[in-house]
Amino acid sequence: MAFFLETLFGGLMVGMLYSLIALGFVLIYKASGVFNFAQGAMVLFAALAMARFYEWIPKWFGFDNKILANVLAFAAAVLVMICVAWVIERLVLRHLVNQEHITLLMATLGITYFLEGFGQTLFGSDIYKIDVGMPKDPIFVLEGMFQGGVLINKEDLYAAGVAAVLVALLALFFQKTATGRALRAVADDHQAAQSIGIPLGRIWIIVWSVAGFVALVAGVIWGSKLGVQFSLSLVALKALPVVILGGLTSVPGAIIGGLIIGMGEKLSEIYVGPMLGGGIEIWFAYVLALVFLLFRPQGLFGEKIIDRV
Amino acid sequence: MLYRENGQFKSSYRTDQQIFPILQDRVAIGLLLAAAFVLVPLLASNYLLTAIFIPFLILSLAALGLNILVGYCGQISLGTGAFMAVGAYAAYNFQVRIDGMPLVAALLLGGVASTVVGVLFGIPSLRIKGLYLAVATLAAQFFVDWACLRLKWVTNDSSSGSVSVAGLNVFGLPLTTPVQKYVFALAFLAVFALLAKNLVRGAIGREWMAIRDMDVAAAVIGIRPVYAKLTAFAVSSFIVGVAGGLWGFVHLGSWEPAAFNIDRSFQLLFMVIIGGLGSIMGSFFGAAFIVVLPIILDGLPYWFGIPIDTALASHLTFMIFGALIVFFLIVEPHGIARLWSTAKEKLRLWPFPH
Amino acid sequence: MSPRKIGEVILEVNNISLAFGGVKALTDISFDVREHEIRAIIGPNGAGKSSMLNCINGVYQPQVGSISLRGQVFKHMNSRDVALMGVARTFQNLALFKGMSVLDNIMAGRNLKMRANIFQQALRLGAAQREEAEQRLFVERIVDFLEIQPYRKTAVGKMPYGLQKRVDLGRALAMEPQVLLLDEPMAGMNVEEKQDMSRFILDVNDEFGTTIVLIEHDMGVVMDISDRVVVLDYGKKIGDGTPIEVRSNPDVISAYLGTSH
Repeated sequence: MAFFLETLFGGLMVGMLYSLIALGFVLIYKASGVFNFAQGAMVLFAALAMARFYEWIPKWFGFDNKILANVLAFAAAVLVMICVAWVIERLVLRHLVNQEHITLLMATLGITYFLEGFGQTLFGSDIYKIDVGMPKDPIFVLEGMFQGGVLINKEDLYAAGVAAVLVALLALFFQKTATGRALRAVADDHQAAQSIGIPLGRIWIIVWSVAGFVALVAGVIWGSKLGVQFSLSLVALKALPVVILGGLTSVPGAIIGGLIIGMGEKLSEIYVGPMLGGGIEIWFAYVLALVFLLFRPQGLFGEKIIDRV
Repeated sequence: MLYRENGQFKSSYRTDQQIFPILQDRVAIGLLLAAAFVLVPLLASNYLLTAIFIPFLILSLAALGLNILVGYCGQISLGTGAFMAVGAYAAYNFQVRIDGMPLVAALLLGGVASTVVGVLFGIPSLRIKGLYLAVATLAAQFFVDWACLRLKWVTNDSSSGSVSVAGLNVFGLPLTTPVQKYVFALAFLAVFALLAKNLVRGAIGREWMAIRDMDVAAAVIGIRPVYAKLTAFAVSSFIVGVAGGLWGFVHLGSWEPAAFNIDRSFQLLFMVIIGGLGSIMGSFFGAAFIVVLPIILDGLPYWFGIPIDTALASHLTFMIFGALIVFFLIVEPHGIARLWSTAKEKLRLWPFPH
Repeated sequence: MSPRKIGEVILEVNNISLAFGGVKALTDISFDVREHEIRAIIGPNGAGKSSMLNCINGVYQPQVGSISLRGQVFKHMNSRDVALMGVARTFQNLALFKGMSVLDNIMAGRNLKMRANIFQQALRLGAAQREEAEQRLFVERIVDFLEIQPYRKTAVGKMPYGLQKRVDLGRALAMEPQVLLLDEPMAGMNVEEKQDMSRFILDVNDEFGTTIVLIEHDMGVVMDISDRVVVLDYGKKIGDGTPIEVRSNPDVISAYLGTSH
């Protein structure tokens, strides 16, 4: 039983990480109607920036303080992501206003490849460390209930906490602010929003910057756990089934979807995997999403999609 | 001046409906085929054949298949690699498990296996489209990746998922030298290109394009969306499956599931976008582009005397691909094929401005 | 107008009610259409005219009521089955296949009649080849009829609006329909274009005997070419009769002009 709980917690923690990445998707989709395939590449790019700035900034300015290095590196990485957002808006989105979804999706596919190549050109392609001082030791909980207790990683708990705070902030942003309202208008219809004076370009820069920020947070947490390397962007692809499950337009959906996928993956791997030959983690999330797509395409919390003639 | 159609009148609908109604085009294609079948094998080096021509031919075939699904029928697919894998591994199984199975038959049966899988994973397209369908096709990609690695009967009990073929022959003639492999692949491509062209200019092609352009209106004129979409998946995966078999048997010789992973799927999608969605020619343009570009990028440093290490070259390739995708989507969503046909239109008027 | 022989009732709409969520698009609509006649459906914007057409042709499924064509009753039939029963339509917003040429768009309308299977089409020998040429002949007659010969190979997306409307009509005609539903065929046209389109509609009715149900806003056109008129307002039927009867119906007048003093 303790093992089951450990697997469950482990899955929840992984799921939380998926959710962080999925959050970026949902943000961009909610606010610009674009399915941002490049979210994973953005996570990688941001993480690379953070890791390298953490190395470089102390060298450039000649100091040794780790906390200062982390803070400055983070700030620099945020700036970088804002630049990325600006460039994407200027060079790509501006020219594809009101194109079909497929075109925009394929454009983000192009952005993915570009960011992956550019990131590695700028920052290098080795494996890099991120060290933001997260405690890496495990703790044992529920020692009263189960002998020896259940093993949880402290790092994962912190990650969950960060994600929760981020989600709360974002939810508030969308619901309570004027900018949030404008973002929702833009997601609905680009041209209509433009015609009532919403500055489309600026809105998009804001959204993609926020998504970039979320990608950075996700990248820091993932990178701190796994190290920053190219495969990060492949892991991030998993966030796609997460948003399908949760609903493309729902922030809480991204969280819950991530948790379900994380748990589902780990549990199915341990309990169902051996029957099928193992390694089913690579497709479990996608097949689950597929099943959802057949019966409930809008996901758990998304808006129903209606096709008018 | 050279390209005018003056004097070329058609006296029957049949002649008007042929693939190349303009005489100059027919001549050009004839010359191209002659060059392809005769000149290239005679003149090209083995290196050129193995590194450029053979991959180009096989990937063109795969791009052709994908173009039918994405370009003509408008159903996005990110799982093309998976269908190539099914074709390759199925052909392998047919060849290895059945004594005396001819190569061509094995390849075609591989295509049939791919068709079955393709139709199965095409069923979601009846309910979902666009980005949702993209995610569904990813399920196909990763599931097949896993199946080829972990299901023992797929790889005939190979522990790493890798298989190899040797001693190939076609109706008794050996298939070992690059020239022989080149002609074999070229023959497949030529035949399939003709069949595909016939399909897209016929009734089913119009059904596919109707579904792509406006599926509600298509239903109203009596087209069955189910039939149209599933046949698109079927035909597309058949062609892609055969291409997969060719890739494994003729180009690679031995392969593992990674040869058909998601990068392959993206590569094929890029070919189709850059080359031209909804154009048979476009598939060739796209394949040529994507096969040749990395080679140029690798060779550039030597030609210009600038040293670039291979890692950087591969990063640059990524960047250039990405940038080109975005460029084409913005500037010419119909790809190189449209640029080509616009050029031909201008050529028809040349040297007059209009 | 040459006198046409108007026949028996071939299309009956019985007590159709249609709602989207809480919005009632149509409430208890009943009317009939006689063979060979031109029946207009008119009404202010939002009256439910397009929804009515969508019900007849299987795009929407009404919650209540039924439709019968030549005695065959259908309540839940999809668009394809309705198309097979001989009902064709044009769309208010031109649902043309923008990526295809004029010829291909109209040929698409012939797909119902084409028999060659996919393998025959791939090989394009014999039967498939002949069929393509035969259907091309039929489509060319429609192209001649609609006077769009110079545009036959142009991509539809590049054509002026008025001509696109003709292609929409041509595609519907290609289906050799018994009943032709025209959804605002003259929307956005100038006077000349309207005259041309009216002529085409009358010719279709004359030469092919097609029964026509059309939605139209231009009262002049309606009065000129239709035999009988149905008037809808807020999803309900408020008038039904010949153009002259309907024109002097006080309910119809107040629906269009507002209640008068």
